[in-house]
Amino acid sequence: MTAISENTAAAAEPRRASAFNPARVVLYALLALFCIYYLLPLYVMVVNSLKPLSEITAGGMMALPGDWTIAPWQSAWSSAQVGVEATGLRPYFVNSILMVVPAVALSTILGALNGYVLTKWPFRGASILFGLLLFGCFIPFQMVLIPMARMLGLMGLAGSVPGLIFVHLVYGIGFSTLYFRNYYAAFPTELVRAAQIDGAGFFTIFWRILLPSSGPIAVVCIIWQFTNIWNDFLFGASFSDFDSQPMTVALNNLVQSSTGVKEYNVHFAGAIMAALPTLLVYIVAGRFFVRGLMAGSVKG
Amino acid sequence: MGFLDINKATKAYGAVQVLHETNISVEEGEFLVLVGPSGCGKSTLLNMIAGLEDITTGEIAIRDRSMNGVKPADRNIAMVFQSYALYPNMTVKGNISFGMEMHGIAKAEREKRISQVADLLQITHLLDRKPGQLSGGQRQRVAMGRALVREPDVFLFDEPLSNLDAKLRVDMRTEIKKLHQKLGTTIVYVTHDQIEALTLSTRIAVMFGGYVQQLGTPKEIYDNPANMFVAGFMGSPSMNLFPAKVVSANGVPAAEVRLADGNAAMIPFASGRMNGNDGRDIILGIRPEAITDRDGADRNSDAVHIVDMPVEVTEPAGSDTFVVSQIGGKDVTGRFRADVAVNAGQRFPFAFNMEKAVAFDPQSEQRIA
Repeated sequence: MTAISENTAAAAEPRRASAFNPARVVLYALLALFCIYYLLPLYVMVVNSLKPLSEITAGGMMALPGDWTIAPWQSAWSSAQVGVEATGLRPYFVNSILMVVPAVALSTILGALNGYVLTKWPFRGASILFGLLLFGCFIPFQMVLIPMARMLGLMGLAGSVPGLIFVHLVYGIGFSTLYFRNYYAAFPTELVRAAQIDGAGFFTIFWRILLPSSGPIAVVCIIWQFTNIWNDFLFGASFSDFDSQPMTVALNNLVQSSTGVKEYNVHFAGAIMAALPTLLVYIVAGRFFVRGLMAGSVKG
Repeated sequence: MGFLDINKATKAYGAVQVLHETNISVEEGEFLVLVGPSGCGKSTLLNMIAGLEDITTGEIAIRDRSMNGVKPADRNIAMVFQSYALYPNMTVKGNISFGMEMHGIAKAEREKRISQVADLLQITHLLDRKPGQLSGGQRQRVAMGRALVREPDVFLFDEPLSNLDAKLRVDMRTEIKKLHQKLGTTIVYVTHDQIEALTLSTRIAVMFGGYVQQLGTPKEIYDNPANMFVAGFMGSPSMNLFPAKVVSANGVPAAEVRLADGNAAMIPFASGRMNGNDGRDIILGIRPEAITDRDGADRNSDAVHIVDMPVEVTEPAGSDTFVVSQIGGKDVTGRFRADVAVNAGQRFPFAFNMEKAVAFDPQSEQRIA
């Protein structure tokens, strides 16, 4: 008993001494350290992408550029050797955009529809179906490579951007359904019933009543899908041809296929280009992301 | 055939019978209240009328047109929900307009009806706001406006006042009643609050355990409950129900009861009541307002009988004082005038107005007389 009361007294003490607090200082110092640790790679990438190759090979990896230049960026974007052609990353960036936008849009819309049906129009076996969809989220990518290659071949989508869209759509629906189902579970069913009595049909209710209230969860879903699909390497490497490769695969080829000297500055610039879209999406929509996650988890 | 006919309707979820065979015929302009405790089947019945739940067997018809299998939107009904169910992303105007829009009513006509209804409910200044910016009472009005503007055959109300605070609830109750009198619409209204049922309705269906226990006017339900459930559920404080035995006192049937102090007392029934039941055990039901102090008794009644009983508790309620004693082990509450000097512990004369007494069978709990 006495031990317990002593402990609680000791724990309460630091709170009283608020002016100078060693524990706090240590805490912040540690946090700052972690911050630097995580930001350092970004610093290295940015700094080295803005200096001539000679400065890097001279050993000044951590130093700021002596001679600022955007030539590595221009090279990575439009003239660097990627695979067999010196096109830069631009066509592959376009491929990635062409892949990621429809895949994200479709998987989000289908996930929202699934969530709507599963919560507001439940049918016999709805929970089993949802369970299977969830299970689908966790099937390892490697397992489906060969069956999927065969399927894409049969559908005539092998080695094309639409093929990649299809693969990411199939994989994305599980997660997007999970998000929207949990969000809509907290959505008052009385609203749906009121709309039914008002004469709205299945899609009208979805479009006019549910979707306008789905902002936060849609943002969560879009960020999640965008990040996953943009960053995917395995499917991109497995199911694309030279002319349909996404950014991630092209970046790999860029780094692998330099003739003679390794142009580290160009590689750094390319890597930043590959990371920029996800970073942008997160910065633009990040606050909704946290808010949406909260809404989904707390209410659902 | 009435305006709204519920004909042998039942509802079952698998093996669970939620609503047993129910027959109710509602006339045009009636205000029918379905009242009962949670799980009695009242909301299920309302949802069946609305078309939100299927009918397992039987039929529901509005204006002689069978509604079985008809979509909610095509039944020409409107519903006010407990949570109001206002569309959060639309303005008040959008909410009221939505149903008309879905039914393809032209814009000019919509605008006209919206402004009429907004005038009627005094919500014109709220039309451009979102539901989130409204108070509970305002939301309630908007929900009613959304129903009214459709000009439906039947209005359905699902516990519309239970989310409001006590004062507002009483105000809105009066407004709903006024609205009904003004518009003369047919209303089916679900509530668990027996006061709401009594004050609003032209007829009440008291429901319990999936059965309609009694269907009648508020006065019938209150004065002549069909069974002990209805007697105990309707009225506040609820009807006193205590065991008694029918005996003959000087050739007149009387209720023999056991008081808290162990003494027996005989309370003669009103003339012509309970003849030929001598020796029978009954449950006697008598409302608090029919048990009064001597001078507070109904002067028009010729069956007032005085019993001296020990007072257990007095509960002053401002306008009246509720005085509690015991008969046959059950609390018996009398409603005395507020200025009667009565204190706990003393013996005091209680005046029983036996014209208002009802008797139930202890086993079946059904009304005897």
